[in-house]
Amino acid sequence: MQVQLNTIHKQFGSLVANDEISVQFEPGRIYGLLGENGAGKSTLMKILSGYQQPDRGEIVLNGAAQHFASPRQALAAGVGMLYQEPLDVPVFTVLENFLLGRAHDGERPQQSAKALTQLAGRYGFQVDPHEHTRELSMGERQQLELLRLLAGGAEVLILDEPTTGISAEQKDLLFASMRTLAREEGKTLILVSHKLDEVQELCDYAYVLRKGRLVGGVQLPCPNQELVDLMFDELAPRPARRQPASGDVLLHLQHITVRTPRLELEPVSLQLQAGQVLGLAGLEGSGQELLLRACAGLLPLSGGSLRLGGQPQPDWDYPRARQHGVAYLAAGRLEEGLIAGLTLTEHMALVSNAHGLLVDWPQNRQLAAQHIATYQVVGQPESYIENLSGGNQQRFLFAMLPQNLKLILMEHPTRGLDIRSTDWIWEQLDQRRAQGTAIIFLSADLDEIAARSDQIAVFSGGRLLRSVPAAETTADELGHLIGGAL
Amino acid sequence: MDSTQLIAIFGSILLQSAPLIIAVCGETISERAGVINLSLDGSLLLSALAGFAAALLTGSLLLGFLAAAAVGAVFALIVAFGSLHLRQNQVAIGFVLAMLGDSLSAFLGQNYTRLPGPSVPAWHIPLLKDIPVLGPILFRQDAVVYFALLLVGATWWFLFRTRAGLELRSAGERPEAAFTRGVAVRKLRYIYAVLGGALVGIAGAAYSLDVKIGWAEGHTRGMGWIALAIVIFGGWSPLRGALGAVLFGATKALATVLQRSFPQVALVAFNAVPWLLMILVLVLVSGRLAAPLLARAPAALRRPLRGLLQAAPPAALGQPLDDN
Amino acid sequence: MSLSKTRLERVWPLLPGLAALLVTTLLLLAMGTSPVDAYSAMWQGAFGTSARVYSVLAFLVPLLLAASGLLLTFKAGLWNIGIEGQIIMGAVAASWVALRVQLPSGLQIPLELLAAMAGGALWAALAGVLKTRGGVHEIFGGLALNNLAILFTNYLIAGPWQPPEGGSFRGTQPFGAHALLPLFENSRLSLLSLALAIVAFAGVALVLTNSHWGLRLKALGQNARSAFLLGVSSNREMLLAMAVCGALAGLGGGVRVLSWFDSLRQSISGGIGYLALMVVLLAGFRLVLTPLVAFFFSAVLNGSITLQLRTQLHSALGDILTGVLVLLVLLFGNYERVRRAFRRRRSQADG
Repeated sequence: MQVQLNTIHKQFGSLVANDEISVQFEPGRIYGLLGENGAGKSTLMKILSGYQQPDRGEIVLNGAAQHFASPRQALAAGVGMLYQEPLDVPVFTVLENFLLGRAHDGERPQQSAKALTQLAGRYGFQVDPHEHTRELSMGERQQLELLRLLAGGAEVLILDEPTTGISAEQKDLLFASMRTLAREEGKTLILVSHKLDEVQELCDYAYVLRKGRLVGGVQLPCPNQELVDLMFDELAPRPARRQPASGDVLLHLQHITVRTPRLELEPVSLQLQAGQVLGLAGLEGSGQELLLRACAGLLPLSGGSLRLGGQPQPDWDYPRARQHGVAYLAAGRLEEGLIAGLTLTEHMALVSNAHGLLVDWPQNRQLAAQHIATYQVVGQPESYIENLSGGNQQRFLFAMLPQNLKLILMEHPTRGLDIRSTDWIWEQLDQRRAQGTAIIFLSADLDEIAARSDQIAVFSGGRLLRSVPAAETTADELGHLIGGAL
Repeated sequence: MDSTQLIAIFGSILLQSAPLIIAVCGETISERAGVINLSLDGSLLLSALAGFAAALLTGSLLLGFLAAAAVGAVFALIVAFGSLHLRQNQVAIGFVLAMLGDSLSAFLGQNYTRLPGPSVPAWHIPLLKDIPVLGPILFRQDAVVYFALLLVGATWWFLFRTRAGLELRSAGERPEAAFTRGVAVRKLRYIYAVLGGALVGIAGAAYSLDVKIGWAEGHTRGMGWIALAIVIFGGWSPLRGALGAVLFGATKALATVLQRSFPQVALVAFNAVPWLLMILVLVLVSGRLAAPLLARAPAALRRPLRGLLQAAPPAALGQPLDDN
Repeated sequence: MSLSKTRLERVWPLLPGLAALLVTTLLLLAMGTSPVDAYSAMWQGAFGTSARVYSVLAFLVPLLLAASGLLLTFKAGLWNIGIEGQIIMGAVAASWVALRVQLPSGLQIPLELLAAMAGGALWAALAGVLKTRGGVHEIFGGLALNNLAILFTNYLIAGPWQPPEGGSFRGTQPFGAHALLPLFENSRLSLLSLALAIVAFAGVALVLTNSHWGLRLKALGQNARSAFLLGVSSNREMLLAMAVCGALAGLGGGVRVLSWFDSLRQSISGGIGYLALMVVLLAGFRLVLTPLVAFFFSAVLNGSITLQLRTQLHSALGDILTGVLVLLVLLFGNYERVRRAFRRRRSQADG
């Protein structure tokens, strides 16, 4: 199916997400849609898939103009989208998720289950219709969504950053099925990504967006530099990483285990030196989150021991961790970290350790203003935190961190941030590292882990598979490791 | 106590629990679709009055039940409108309606207090009523009890075995996913909130026309809150919810029986049983107690135990809808 | 067009009040009572004589105390529906001291009031512990505790504390004069209690606007998880907010038995706790509005008691008036929100 998007325009408040974008996609080919975070890729694809409506512009399928009021209508017309986080219902079984929204014509559930397994077999996927979706890996949930869209008659398939958080094997399987769909079944495929290598590997042609505008289309493969020049304004060169200071052992974990109803972390032992960066790699829910949260005192240890600076910590919990100079930054900034409804000044007063009964508002306002200047936050002391952009929220979170921390624990420190904020944040972390602060972070972005860590621990199925020095591995190798292949 | 007495007690427990079962089913439907209707206590009171007054004035039981259902539906509609269209807090609206229903029933009911009125006649089902033990308990009842029993099965079947039920649950679990699959989330939430409210209304009339015949101020006061707690205890399943309602009815019946053999003062203690029970079961099904218990249980037992003890509410329960 | 819009916007806040009056007027007409007579009876009942005004103020004291406490718990994100039981347990504790202790007034009364605060705080802490340790939502824990408090009162009145002349179910014997709050001009108003209520409200206002504790409560109410990660001990602050609210409510209960009545009665609170919740909801959690709304509620309810005495109409009419008002303000009070909701619907219909 041929797709034409003509002068699509979409504005959110004062932000122009799509500025008169016109692109065309031909059947039987795989397209890349490239751009930084916030370039407008997702908005454009949400418009094509009926999730959002454009302010202006039209969608033309095989020469006929279309108007989609909902994703259902788009799918009926042949356009299906696979969202970054699969839009399924986790408590439903695989079959229930397959059935939800499927035109049935009196089809019985057993027949649907059969149709599902047959379809899965065609693309080399394995599904158990009666398993609960929440028990599946991200990659499997993605496969299920893909099958649902195909069963719904999708001729145009949009995949939004599909390789984040899946293993290398699942990625290979996904790419193979995408090739089959385009080459053999003549479908139109669109891969939304900010990863150049993936697009080069898979796609025939790439459109590049920047700040809401279409800045070019390139026949692939082509030199990477060509794409980079299109995607980014001039970038300041990434500052060279400081060498890890060889400090004393700061954190010493011996055979620690963590137990939650969903997952058990099998005994983990490791050591971290002051100033060292430990990256935790693994599919979502492989145990790395448990380790990080246990170090923060947010989950109790069910076995083993934790020593900080040589001192055993038998009753480790979060307040104690804070007292000992351990900071924890969660992935969802507005859910876990900042408080919507409070101003920047109120945040400062909240974390200030002032002991008086009453708040000294002028002093806290001044403090907030200082931090805003130092950390280059776009905002005022009276701004409500939720009105800041994601990058500025993350900057302010860093501004609130106390000085002289021993250990910083982070989940997805740069998720959703543009490249400038990402570099800025790692620069800040580097400075703290030079002062002897150790860092443990987890990320779904294997490139980030490979580039920013000194040591990398790979998790699979609740086990620490392997701990390797970062210099001895690559993102690609990590991709194969996290799938559980040894 | 001989067996006939025991069977009579079981029969009366079922009768006493019937309105609660109906209300629990109604609220379960509403909450599964994502709408908390906290107005139940006021809604039950006003619908009990409406049912009684309408049946008394028209002489028709059916019109009584219909009037009651309409009252319950209107209360639910207000909650749904306030939260789905005006994006206001469901809990606040529900609470105010609970209070308002109480005062409205007190004011409007002042001329209906302790009047004799119509009641649902017993209706023994031929053949089935002669089954030993089960016959007298289950089939020598009246239409309200049969309706409650059928409603439990029908609600369960609808929620978990039909496509419409699948769509209903998706609206309460993950509305954005439901939306991408063409489910009209807002419309469904309206429909099922109002349907659930109508069932609550019918439960109100079941009190005033059958189980606790007549009207007096505060006639069903407290039962709405108990029904809401039973929905939680029931883990948002009509089967477990009905079980909870019957257990609740049984402790009340037990209290009534024991009360005869104890002096006057102990009556207070028996009246306290439902509320103590409410606290107890809510502690029991809350994650705080269940999670450590489950973690210690042998692996083989963990899954069935989790099914029995833990109950996660619908993930999007009470959350406003996001229109892009 | 835009002119008429701003005019509509200007009269908007008055509309719920008018609509609530319309509802009660219709109810009165349906009951065959002249609305003019009824409303004038209510007005007379609230403000007709100075004694009536004192009565409105006397009723206001526990209501304002409870509402002040609720400002704290709401700020922390808690629905302290159990406040009704906290008032009752305050009354029970004060009665216990009044019945069992014999001291000079100057010691007796402070002791009673302290006991009242302790009783309320304890009952509130129980709901708090059920929430923080037991995982029971405060609405359900609170409701159960309310009913248990009522039953406990009934038990005391019918059992251990029954008057010597024999088991009446209405109340205990009247307390000695030394145990009762001094009353103002033969009314039910104790000026001391009014002063305490005003001080309590002012204290709550100070805590919420200018104290570290108030800021922690706000953080907790807005986002408990983030507040915890930023170092706010959520369980402790929650319990503390509950206990302080319970203490204020308990003080209100003490005032009920020591000045409004002279003994512990059945339904000693009579729904003041639920009323206080309505007050705070109508005030939209705003500090300045809370005492004004509480005064308005107190006037309406005192008026409707007179209405019942004069016309035999149930005094629930006052609750209906306030209830409809709260409901309409909750639903339609925010003009911007209503306008957006309807504009959204229109645009959907177009699409």
